[in-house]
Amino acid sequence: MKLSNPVNLFLAAVLVVSTPLMAQSPEERGLEISQEAKLRDLGWRDMQAAMNMVLRNKQGQESLREMRLKSLEQENDGDKSLTVFDKPRDVKGTAFLSFSHPVGADDQWLYLPALKRVKRIASRNKSGPFMGSEFAYEDMSSFEIEKYTYRYLRDEACGIGECFVVEQYPVDKHSGYTRRIVWLDKAEYRVLKTEFYDRKDSLLKTLTFAGYQQYLNKYWRADEQKMVNHQNGKSTELEWSDYQFRSGLKESDFNKNSLKRAR
Amino acid sequence: MGKKALAISLLALLPAFAGAAEDVLFEFSGKVDGEFRGYQQDGQFTGQDYRSSLSLALEPEFYWEWNDGVDSLTFTPFYRHDQRDDERSHGDIRDFSWVHVGDDWELRTGLRKVFWGVTEFQHLVDVINQTDAVEDSDGEDKLGQMMVNLSLVRDWGIVDLFVLPGFRERTFAGEDGRLRSGLVVDTDAAEYESGAGENHVDTAVRWSHSVDVYDVGLHWFRGTNRDPLLEPRMRAGQMVLVPVYEQIDQLGLDAQATIDSWLWKLETLWRRSDREKYAALQGGVEYTFYGIRESVADLGVLLEYGWDERGTDATAIFQNDLSVGARVTLNDAASTEFLAGVAYDLDYDSNSLFVEASRRFGDSWKVSLDGRVFDANDPADPLVNVSQDDMIQLTVERYF
Repeated sequence: MKLSNPVNLFLAAVLVVSTPLMAQSPEERGLEISQEAKLRDLGWRDMQAAMNMVLRNKQGQESLREMRLKSLEQENDGDKSLTVFDKPRDVKGTAFLSFSHPVGADDQWLYLPALKRVKRIASRNKSGPFMGSEFAYEDMSSFEIEKYTYRYLRDEACGIGECFVVEQYPVDKHSGYTRRIVWLDKAEYRVLKTEFYDRKDSLLKTLTFAGYQQYLNKYWRADEQKMVNHQNGKSTELEWSDYQFRSGLKESDFNKNSLKRAR
Repeated sequence: MGKKALAISLLALLPAFAGAAEDVLFEFSGKVDGEFRGYQQDGQFTGQDYRSSLSLALEPEFYWEWNDGVDSLTFTPFYRHDQRDDERSHGDIRDFSWVHVGDDWELRTGLRKVFWGVTEFQHLVDVINQTDAVEDSDGEDKLGQMMVNLSLVRDWGIVDLFVLPGFRERTFAGEDGRLRSGLVVDTDAAEYESGAGENHVDTAVRWSHSVDVYDVGLHWFRGTNRDPLLEPRMRAGQMVLVPVYEQIDQLGLDAQATIDSWLWKLETLWRRSDREKYAALQGGVEYTFYGIRESVADLGVLLEYGWDERGTDATAIFQNDLSVGARVTLNDAASTEFLAGVAYDLDYDSNSLFVEASRRFGDSWKVSLDGRVFDANDPADPLVNVSQDDMIQLTVERYF
């Protein structure tokens, strides 16, 4: 087909646009669902919340973590975030600043209050445990389209209606997973469940979300997240509270000076 | 005494001041720690004929915040009682300062602590605060420094301007203390080059910035040298060392490149006094192996080299020293960590070894076990003074 002719050009354009509707591959469908989920969560600008973590070992012994988070949405880049730890008490005042990027290493700094020292840290450790919990660092970071490739698996009935089931393959070679399987509800594109498969492709963890609430009439956030590790019998529960959106956080709330006085 | 009086009067003003504000947030926290030191043998000098010592330290923190966090006040007194050494039984105000935050600036006024630098084995460019040397031999404990610090945030970095009125003398172990030189340092007889003595007003400016994988800091400091010269003098019929504090100009650079699992670190300074001009550096690399042997534990390996242009005449310990270390982090719920290192002196062929292990118990307790071994034979080597001070230290901390 020659494209120099305007009519042919028009036909070609129609063909390109209509292709997904006619014969969409599972990969394209998976990407489309994920893009829609991301699109529905854009524009929140800034967010603050408090988070409690309950770590439970096999014997049921508990260990508590308390922290507060602030994030600032970035256009065409990953979010900026600042996390301040309140408990356990020996790490009180420790703060963590992260500039995340969809592709490549994030920029991360840690503030150690005893020494008043700001340390730039390597962000390569995606698969390591966050605060000794069953959440890895990569489980705590914001969802970006570029971090995965996708494959739509099926539709399935789930807790609050009908869900899309989509498989995600991490792009980063340092990820601790070969794949994740995500259940998103068709009505609101909220993640209800995620299964994590380790580097040997066996089921490692299951994360479930509960208590979804809508903020600014648009953004859904779960009050509770529970991660169960099937291999070591440990679990971690996250409880979110005091969500605030668009409270006017600025770029200047996310630099080394704000890191040092965060508490 | 003047500083103490000022602190007390400021504290007395506080309730009225805080009460006037509409919405004041108050927070009280802190820690108590008990420490046991066991030595392998008696020390080599008079007053050191014991093999164990106990010590107790208290560090509460009072914090007030008002105007939605635009203004805050922190008060952190510190006191340690030591069973053996009167000089190690000491108090300090680590922090007593007011911070006011503007849009792209911050003003920090009072007694505070500031850290500069990137390396682990020596903190060469960290010159704002005086070292509280009786606390530990790693030089990481600092005395509160009186300051007015204006910090400006710009697109091209952060600029910190410092005016530092009032100098803090370094603490030294007393006659009954271990880990000291043969001659006792007489801290009551400190001498100053400046006629203003400890009231000399020092100044400093630092620019720091992060670009891509690089974090860079450049500073200039003018004032009283935090590192004293130690000169032998006869005092009351006894030979002692007297700390002499010179005036210096110092230009320093600290830089880190964070590339994948590698941290490349460099600290370097150029210092000028009436007596001498010299350069010094501390630099090296840290590499971390994540998830070793299919576990969630990390192993970090550190290698650093310290150099001082003055060579063996240097007052610094790291004049031509190679340091190697390893850090194991279990990443478990108890935050278990192990750190071991050895500093090897290439001039004196001596070495000092340290091992540190720590973990949390429950929600508020932390226990650390540290060991130090010194191996030195050259009489000219400063390390020879502590060659009989090999020890283990058990520290139990309670946070509240």
